[in-house]
Amino acid sequence: MGGYILGRILAAIPVMGFVALFVFLLLRLTPGDPAAIIAGDAATPEQLELIREKLGLNEALHVQFFTWIGRLLQGDFGTSLLSGKPVAELIAARLEPTISLALTTITLSIIIAVPLGVIAAWKQGTLIDRFVMALSVLGFSVPIFVIGYVMISVFALDLKWLPVQGFKPIGEGFGPFAERIALPTLTLTLLYIALIARITRTSMLEILGEDYVRTAHAKGLKERQVLMRHALRNCAVPIVTVIGIGFALIISGVVVTESVFNLPGIGRLTVDAVLARDYPVIQAVILLASLIYVVINLVIDILYVFLDPRIRYA
Amino acid sequence: MTVHPFRNRAFRAAALPALAAFGLALAAPMADAQTLRAVKHSALRVLDPIMTTAYMSRNHGYMIFDTLVAMDSDFNVQPQMASWEISDDKLTYRFTLRDGLAFHDGAPVTAADVIASLKRWGERDGMGQKLMTFVADMQPDGDNVMVMTLKEPYGLVLDSLAKPSSNVPFIMPARIASTPSTEPIPEQIGSGPFKWVADEFQPGVIAVYEKNEAYVPRSEPSSWAAGGKVVNVDRVEWVVMPDDQTKLAALQSGEIDYWEDVPADLLPIVQATPDVETKILNELGFQTIFRPNHLHPPFTDKKVRQAAMMAINQKDVLDALVGNPDLYQTCAAMFVCGTPLETAVGGEDVAAGTGMEKARALLKESGYDGTPIVFMHPTDVSTLRTQPVVVAQALRDAGFTVDLQAMDWQTLVGRRASQEPPANGGWNAFITNWVGADVFNPITNNMVNGKGPQGGWFGWPTMDVAEKLRDDFARAGSVEEQKKIAADLQAFAYDEVMYVPLGQYNVTTAWSSKLDGVLDGPAPFFWNISKSE
Repeated sequence: MGGYILGRILAAIPVMGFVALFVFLLLRLTPGDPAAIIAGDAATPEQLELIREKLGLNEALHVQFFTWIGRLLQGDFGTSLLSGKPVAELIAARLEPTISLALTTITLSIIIAVPLGVIAAWKQGTLIDRFVMALSVLGFSVPIFVIGYVMISVFALDLKWLPVQGFKPIGEGFGPFAERIALPTLTLTLLYIALIARITRTSMLEILGEDYVRTAHAKGLKERQVLMRHALRNCAVPIVTVIGIGFALIISGVVVTESVFNLPGIGRLTVDAVLARDYPVIQAVILLASLIYVVINLVIDILYVFLDPRIRYA
Repeated sequence: MTVHPFRNRAFRAAALPALAAFGLALAAPMADAQTLRAVKHSALRVLDPIMTTAYMSRNHGYMIFDTLVAMDSDFNVQPQMASWEISDDKLTYRFTLRDGLAFHDGAPVTAADVIASLKRWGERDGMGQKLMTFVADMQPDGDNVMVMTLKEPYGLVLDSLAKPSSNVPFIMPARIASTPSTEPIPEQIGSGPFKWVADEFQPGVIAVYEKNEAYVPRSEPSSWAAGGKVVNVDRVEWVVMPDDQTKLAALQSGEIDYWEDVPADLLPIVQATPDVETKILNELGFQTIFRPNHLHPPFTDKKVRQAAMMAINQKDVLDALVGNPDLYQTCAAMFVCGTPLETAVGGEDVAAGTGMEKARALLKESGYDGTPIVFMHPTDVSTLRTQPVVVAQALRDAGFTVDLQAMDWQTLVGRRASQEPPANGGWNAFITNWVGADVFNPITNNMVNGKGPQGGWFGWPTMDVAEKLRDDFARAGSVEEQKKIAADLQAFAYDEVMYVPLGQYNVTTAWSSKLDGVLDGPAPFFWNISKSE
């Protein structure tokens, strides 16, 4: 197991290297000029040229790439071309809102969606099942921003229970933190409930048709025991996979949710950096997102072993 | 009485399992009467108002820096940090700094700081560059007096130093102003009415300013950037919100106090919101413009350019862009309607939208061969994505072949710097908007710059006549003379189609009725505003 994990970590290195090269080249091939963005509308070509020179954007591509990689290997992500702030500092400031949203959303989604999925499968074809599936379809179909606006309208403007927007770090008190993370969490949770409940239901239906479930019923086990001990545990692999991917998706940025609720997360940082052609920030954020995917995939693979003893890695 | 949400029974009973799981008891209300929370039109990114012309950087400059002199709402130059005396031969200007001026680090403002700041500004700003061609020398005469000596009389010395929009000649400590103008300044130390709170700055999220307790305002009432800059709140936060609906909800719920640019389509809702006031603070508004590229066919041909101009109907453009006639005006004045230089000469057809037949005739006369117009169309900026569609259709109606290329604004900004032919990554036309105060005279208006590819603005017309008229304007000895020259320049610029004004529009600002004393101005100002409970 230890060897497997080490092997996976080592395998991530070339993946990250490829991502780094790909992102770097993609950005340089994308039209746009950070110097023009910095200098503004009235800048003359001569002034732009001087700024490009200062920013090192006139260097040959391979020189720029190796300079960046060299600094990266020393833990230096560079500085934002626009604000001049260290990229690591910019990303660090955006991680808490994003991770908070991911944790609250995934936790709440699991608490609601897994039982819903199990019940829907158990009561297949009944009104309950249809209700859960209708909820699922709704969660998938209604755009996140619509759900967000409705939430704001109801809970912030009409009932005045929660603030419209913003984020407070948990260090400033759990209350202010929860007040502001509540609406984006609820909004995003509807989507994830739909996703997880459907996968849970489908997996459960497949498992409930297996011989060993029939055997469990035949030997007189209670329904609850059959569902929880025999069926649900065997559904864990696909459910965990979906949850893991969902978590990675949120961490790497849910721009619409962050925008509607004005959460200063990774998604907005990425979009702002792309629109401003802030190369060091974009490169670092995409590398980070790739790293998160690699790590989460690794964690999921490891969890498989515990959830399904039949799975063993050499 | 405010019922705390998490102590409300109905709330607890409601379907908010996540919050129930958190088991919360929440903290105190967030409002702070002495903090003014404003949502601006964009995020502050570049903290150097001289290196960039970005309006957010200019606005930031007005918070923490001060200016030597300033323009009031009647376009008159008034003392701000300094008063002045002009010698009889109009070659020597003595600026005397008023008492009590100090930078945020406690150091007094001196003539040396003024000289260093003006030199740096004079390297970057168009009007500053022009001024510096007339300046023979700037020398301190003691700590409080700066003497500017000219090579020859120049009528725009004070107007240049009172320039209200980008780049504003802000005064910085000499050590900061000695930074090369192609590099951002390393510190945010000014002598202005607010102090920069560096620790709380998060680009794209929030910028924070505190009242500068040591600032000594002038005694005159505020008028644009002139007069007393009296700060009545402890703290100003510029909060970035990417979504207009969220801004609206935040204003309605009282989470923000001020929204700089309410979109025209949301204005009726904002105006119907209780305890919210709305007003157009910048009456000069924005001029939206069509710029042809003079370097490449078919716009190298004057008749083709004239045909393009004649095809345009300002009202169509403004109806599509703004919709609400209360928020726009058709305007032929290149130097902006509502200013002393306003005149319609040369632009009557484009303002009236009566030129289509002339456009078709001109295009036929020109022998236009159907070369496609590569027209850059930024689709990600709400105030720029509509005009190209309308103008492109007008051009097609006149007989042009138009290749309307969709792109994001930053791609456009990068591409418009290319002087290559359209087939090699260049372009034929684009549309942009200018704040009225940036284009309200022949020196600040980049589009009537006739210097061509070396020193001109994107589109690069080489027009010696325009340059001569701009020089004449700079040397003019009276306002009447300035008006005549500006009219001549406008007539010439229309005849040559240096650019085409597409009309003027205004942006409405909204604020909570808790605020009092919100000022008009060519930029948003945050002094003079008080906030009640």
